[in-house]
Amino acid sequence: MKTDEAIKTELQDTRESVTFGADRNKDFSQEPMCLSGRGVTRVFHTGKTTTVAVDHVDFDFHRGELISIVGESGSGKTTLSKMLLGLLEPTEGQIFFKDKPRDISTNQKKKEYWQGIQAIFQDPFSSYNIFHKIDSVLLDCINMRGGKNKSKEEKFAMMKEACSFVNLKFEELTNKYPFELSGGQMQRLMIARIFLLKPDILLADEPTSMIDACSRATILDMLLNLRNETGMTVIFITHDIGLAYYISDSIYIMEHGKFVEAGKAEDVILNPKAPYTKRLISDVPKIHEPWDLSTVG
Amino acid sequence: MAKLMLDVRQLTTKYITRTGEDVYSVDHVSLTIEEGKSLGIAGESGCGKSTLALSLMGYYFPPLHYTSGDIIVDGKNITGMDPDTIRKTVLGSDVAYIPQAAMNALNPTRKVGKFIEDVIHAHELPMDKKQIREMAEQRFALLGLPVDALDKHSVELSGGMRQRVVIAVSTILNPKVLIADEPSSALDVTSQKMVIKMMKDMMAKGLVKSMIFITHELPLLYNVTDDIMVMYAGQIVERGTAKEMVFDPIHPYSRGLMRSILVPEEGTRDVKLTAIPGTPPNLKHPPQGCRFAERCRYATEACKFNQMPLLDIGGGRYYRCGHSVEHLREVYEGED
Repeated sequence: MKTDEAIKTELQDTRESVTFGADRNKDFSQEPMCLSGRGVTRVFHTGKTTTVAVDHVDFDFHRGELISIVGESGSGKTTLSKMLLGLLEPTEGQIFFKDKPRDISTNQKKKEYWQGIQAIFQDPFSSYNIFHKIDSVLLDCINMRGGKNKSKEEKFAMMKEACSFVNLKFEELTNKYPFELSGGQMQRLMIARIFLLKPDILLADEPTSMIDACSRATILDMLLNLRNETGMTVIFITHDIGLAYYISDSIYIMEHGKFVEAGKAEDVILNPKAPYTKRLISDVPKIHEPWDLSTVG
Repeated sequence: MAKLMLDVRQLTTKYITRTGEDVYSVDHVSLTIEEGKSLGIAGESGCGKSTLALSLMGYYFPPLHYTSGDIIVDGKNITGMDPDTIRKTVLGSDVAYIPQAAMNALNPTRKVGKFIEDVIHAHELPMDKKQIREMAEQRFALLGLPVDALDKHSVELSGGMRQRVVIAVSTILNPKVLIADEPSSALDVTSQKMVIKMMKDMMAKGLVKSMIFITHELPLLYNVTDDIMVMYAGQIVERGTAKEMVFDPIHPYSRGLMRSILVPEEGTRDVKLTAIPGTPPNLKHPPQGCRFAERCRYATEACKFNQMPLLDIGGGRYYRCGHSVEHLREVYEGED
């Protein structure tokens, strides 16, 4: 249950939801490469069975691009995202970060890599340390980005800026614990953290699936805005193909650990080539086109 | 006019919390469904959709309590019956209810056919084992379900199949009203489509006489039901046909919901999503005036203090707002 205070804070968010990026159909292929992979594979061995969760996938994520990886449950999207984050090593293949092979063999190197990549997860409640107040969550971000020697006023100004970016009022958040916020507010605070950290890549794993359809719009627009203002690469992992179409520049469709189709959002959704993509799109109920129930099973 | 299958008049139910406070989560709800029609109920989480579904069964268990109003199923008033009679004569035969995680209700140690026997026995129908088996086989074949599923345990079936089996079992007595509360939310898109297809088949074949379908996924409602009703804070705020509700919503809240639809088809990228700020009010202390006023961008001072009645504007359309339809349409047009 949300506290009345939390509800009140949310009500005072008056800033209009943000606008689109300058160009919704920008060609990102000329931008420098941010993250790419060749033949990336992950095999799990459990007892005598072997599961190939991710099977020789190639990808090129450019700077400032918003990429969606779409797949049903069990398609391997979470395993892939763990590999992108450096939480799992691929059993085969190589991931390149800014055109250099990614090296996360030691803890020191891992830490360096994590300076460049950050994540937002599905469940905002589990993303916070419940014993830390909200100011300290944000303060940590500033200190991590070399702002340790800044004056108190400067730090406050930065935190304020980050909060106003996500339509939260900083004054009302100080001295509060994360659980005093609503789910939507917490997810927005997550985005405020990313705004302060300014990583090269943001990986968002189903960030809106636990949030209501109406608050979902706010979060999506904020992610778009974040990308437009900071030019970071955003990798969006989702099973909702309509949502992926709305938000992303390019879409990768994943089935059984392989990319069956990849390309610009417009091409993939409006002219799908792979049978799996076609099926996925035809199975989603639509508004303007009829939903053909006869093609089932 | 077609026969009314379900006629709910001013139904009010409440939750009594541990501290003894009353929370009216279904507040004077009136609705009717004609034979062969389906009604979709939409709304945010916490707006009373599921409580309404539970209340419509007429079977209350704490903390949910009946307060006032009538539920009339095909001419029979089921309010005020004692729970035992309701279980024997209403549930399953008049009203069937499918909750979201219905498939988890299957006992893993028994075969599917056994559940059908249980339904027949609970209603004390004079049928022997062979007759029941015959009826079950016929029904499964009619719905396109594999007949050998009757001899399987639930764990041998996939999630989508389990959900379809549960729906088939709970409608074996041809209920007059089927209440489905998010029956497909836990499934992936392909299984969801199969479940929906089966439910539509049941309606077309007359196995189920009318249906209430609850979900927060509006594209789904639009494709499944004839009418859509939007609930907010325990009250109905708007009702109309599916087409009217999606393309011409009147209430600002319905409009907010319709504008959050994301579908993979042309034009989705060009639409600007508009979010409704805030969260539904705490029903322990409902607002004095319009319940949506605090979050409504068109609210005036008067909205915050005046109770809003549900207005009938003809053609089966109702809405609950202080502004006139013409005024709201004008405002919306100015925005587009």
